[in-house]
Parts: sequence; structure tokens; C-alpha cells
Amino acid sequence: MSTTFDKVADIIAETCDIPRDTITPESHAIDDLKIDSLDFLDIAFAIDKAFGIKLPLEQWTQQINDGQATTDQYFVLKNLCARIDELIAAKNSA
Amino acid sequence: MRLEYFQMLDRFVEVKADERWIRSESKAPMESPVFEGHFPGYPLMPGVLLIENMAQTCGWLVSAITGFTGLPVLAGVKEAKVRGAVFPGMELSTEGKIVHEGSGFAIADGKIKSGTTAIADARLTYRIIPYPSPEFQNTMVTWAKQLDFPLEEFRKVDGQS
Repeated sequence: MSTTFDKVADIIAETCDIPRDTITPESHAIDDLKIDSLDFLDIAFAIDKAFGIKLPLEQWTQQINDGQATTDQYFVLKNLCARIDELIAAKNSA
Repeated sequence: MRLEYFQMLDRFVEVKADERWIRSESKAPMESPVFEGHFPGYPLMPGVLLIENMAQTCGWLVSAITGFTGLPVLAGVKEAKVRGAVFPGMELSTEGKIVHEGSGFAIADGKIKSGTTAIADARLTYRIIPYPSPEFQNTMVTWAKQLDFPLEEFRKVDGQS
């Protein structure tokens, strides 16, 4: 059974044409993988579909812009996957 | 349809608000400066304007699901196919369906037919941003009414005020 990270890394590799073996849990989607905001919409669409969730991108962006969060908290892949797992858990408990 | 003003739609004629689906109609004008250049002696609707037709149909739909608080900005066009030619006077029927409502973005499929003939289709991505001013928002709501956009259907389904 593939992990959340495996699925997310596969999505990023396929969506952005990035070699899969260069994507690690420590990769920062923006700083390391050079994914721009438009490409990230495609990734968010694929993640939403794959996991049956809705990534709260607007909320995250607002928090970052307001200085309440760093991009690392949402865009380092291990952290992104932790957020995804939280959203899945919240959906399943609802 | 006024091509030179990018006014691609004549009216909305059918909606299924709960299914996030809508249909518009439009008629290619008999004359337009666009046709004078594309092409001299052989007026043919440019394919990019067919994409614009789908983008506008789906764009109104995206704004409607936000209660006209969000302005959809076209951000991506994928899998666009122009399957048939559009000449002056042809009637077009354009379907739009939202396939994903994300956070701050939406994905929609557009499809144009003329009669039973497939004309074009595409998958469209929109960023959704706040309207830049209440005046512009009011302008768009007024324009929606002029296009017979079924605002009430969405208000009922989504509980908008």
C-alpha cells in the first residue's frame, strides 16, 4: 500500500514532469522543485481527487501572507503530506 | 456575439445548478472586423475565439457558484480541440460543467456544438480572486442579467443571499 508521500510524489512527477527520484520528503515544492503557483493548482486538483479532500490553499496563502505561517509548513512535502493526512482523518471522522 | 468586443455569448438558456452545468447560445455575426482579417474573402471564426466562448460560458458559471463574490480568471486551457469550422451566421450551443471546485480555483469542461456537429471542447482552469471593486462586481451582475443568467437557480441551490 503506497504512502501519502508516494502518491503525492507520483502526482508531482507526472504533473510537472519532474524526475520521480529527485522528489524527497524534504523537498520544498517551491524552492527545491521550482513548482510555480499555476502548476500547483494542477497538483492541488490531482491531490483533491486522489484523496477526496480539498486542500485549503486560500487559507494557507493567507496565513503565509499574514506572517502566521511559513511556506515550509505547507510546501515541504513531508509537511504537506502531514496536512493531507490530517484532512483525510477529519473527513473520516465527520 | 460581438467578436471585436470579445462579447462571445448571446444568452444563457439552460441550467442545472446542482450539477454545476449550464448552456449558452450565441450566433456568429454575419459581419465583423475580425472576419475581414480572418480571412479576406473567406470569413472563418478564429479557434482562439471558440476557446474564449467556452471560457466565458464556464467563467460565468464559476462566478455564480461563489455568489458572484469571486472573479474567475482564466489560468489554463488543456486538451483544447477545434473540431469544426464556424462561419458567419452559424448558431452555437456551448455547454459548461464544473468538474472540480478547489480552494481558490476551479476546473471546468467546455463544449461547443452547432446543431449536432461538435465544434470544440477544452478543459479550463480558473483562479478565483475577489472582484477588484464593488462597482465592477455590480457591472458583472447586471451583465449576467442581460444574458439571462439564472442567478436565482444558484441562490436556491447554494443558499446564497
